[in-house]
Amino acid sequence: MSRELVLGIYVLILAAFVGFEVISRVPAVLHTPLMSATNAIHGIVMLGAMLVAGSADTPLLRAIGILAVALGAANVFGGFVVTDRMLEMFRKKEAPPAATDGKKPGEHR
Amino acid sequence: MTGDPRFTIISLSYVAAALLFVFGLRRLSSPRTARSGNRLAAIGMLIALVATLLDRSILSYWEIGIGTVIGAAIGVYSARRVQMTAMPQMVALFNGAGGATAALVSIAEFLRATGHGESVGVGPAISGALGIAIGAISFTGSLVAFGKLQEILPGRPLLFPGRHAVNALLALGAIALGGWIALHDGAPGAVWALFGVALLLGILVVLPIGGGDMPVMISVLNSLTGVAAALTGIVLANQVLVVAGMLVGASGTLLTLLMSHAMNRPISNVMFGGFGAVSSSAAPGSAVVRPVRQTSAEDAAVAMAFANRVILIPGYGLAVAEAQRQVKELSSELERRGVDVKYAIHPVAGRMPGHMNVLLAEADIPYDQLLDMEQVNPEFDHTDIALVVGANDVVNPAARSDRGSPIYGMPILDADHAKNVIVLKRSMNPGFAGIDNELFYAPNTQMLFGDAKKSLTQLTDALKGV
Repeated sequence: MSRELVLGIYVLILAAFVGFEVISRVPAVLHTPLMSATNAIHGIVMLGAMLVAGSADTPLLRAIGILAVALGAANVFGGFVVTDRMLEMFRKKEAPPAATDGKKPGEHR
Repeated sequence: MTGDPRFTIISLSYVAAALLFVFGLRRLSSPRTARSGNRLAAIGMLIALVATLLDRSILSYWEIGIGTVIGAAIGVYSARRVQMTAMPQMVALFNGAGGATAALVSIAEFLRATGHGESVGVGPAISGALGIAIGAISFTGSLVAFGKLQEILPGRPLLFPGRHAVNALLALGAIALGGWIALHDGAPGAVWALFGVALLLGILVVLPIGGGDMPVMISVLNSLTGVAAALTGIVLANQVLVVAGMLVGASGTLLTLLMSHAMNRPISNVMFGGFGAVSSSAAPGSAVVRPVRQTSAEDAAVAMAFANRVILIPGYGLAVAEAQRQVKELSSELERRGVDVKYAIHPVAGRMPGHMNVLLAEADIPYDQLLDMEQVNPEFDHTDIALVVGANDVVNPAARSDRGSPIYGMPILDADHAKNVIVLKRSMNPGFAGIDNELFYAPNTQMLFGDAKKSLTQLTDALKGV
């Protein structure tokens, strides 16, 4: 095994633990935006596509590279924009309607 | 470290990007900081992508430029245009794109190495083969998920006889091809064959899964793409890919478990169960028309006006009709009359966990009126009217009582415990999972048929006249 491979496996395992830890206490309200945000983050694979496209020395590799960069870019840019749109709605902090919110006295409990 | 300053800059940028991803995810855990968290992660991504341009293996930039412009334009355009209700499909599509990218990058790395007569090495080759397989499954699986949610494909589970055997055979074939690739240092023929088998497998695995289980499936595919990206990172010996990919792989897995927990469906059932299959086979026989009690907007408005407490149960039908604002108007009008109004949010209301909260937040409905299932279920016993707006499976009592039902055991909102139930529904068609609902035939249930938006507007108008 090469040292790079061993290093890669270390990083893989440690990142998995960080991933579990950092996420564990998310309220259900944020599950959809969170899924969308993590979806954008795995678009990091676009970086690999850039290396492929930029170093391609055959037409086939060039075609694969361009296609991969385009798909990766759609994932990254689309993913972050769509997540931002979802989260925009949590920005404004609205005051709850004052009077009628409490329990009514009497009949029920 | 080598003395190459470019290498140093790239490495440090990658470290910064990885840190920003972690902090970004952390901030995404709270509604107040979530938006900045997403932006932090985006900045991290930008840093990583720009730094990569310095890489000495990049000899030509026009390919990267063209690909980025096309991909980013499509991505940003669709992300800006998509309706909030179609969000799950959008995430599925972006996820599919990421999966395809991971697979293509691994394929290209094998082709490049064999073309140059380089050895990939057994370890990276195994990683690359896994990356291709998982990326390709995630790609076609996401496309099928998109098709089902967009209703291009039927939402019901599509089952064919012997599917488990076929899938097992394909999986074995993929493993064999992966082994061949590892032992033969990335034989191009085997690489393409593996890609093809995995593409097919992705379709066949997701097709039998019913629309009701699709949120869980998208979450599974999301974490799979993360893992594929991490494996691709190992092939390229690129640590930031490994870190970011695996962060997503782990957090996505956790999210999947939370979701399947909410639906009380073990993840193995979601993957292999063919959710809703029981009822779809029974459906043609049970097409007998059963009597339901219909009501009018005026009658329903009077009943609500004199209620002490009303609980609204929004479901996907509300989202489809884009009636968030109408529901807000109705509840404001009720509150003005001193009625206690709450919203009951099932964990999987809408099509993804939290989807309904996003939709209602869009209509400025205060957080503290939104109760989750555990909070609200004991309340139904003291509730005069449960108003079901376009929800179906999440209020189906069969989940509690009918062992034969495909949703048996799924936690539901106990709407049937309310004194009266009013159901706003387009027609008597069964819900997304294709299961009939006893609640609609219950003696204390009244149906108000029609488009949710229109019915809500009628209710509000009628209420103003009471």
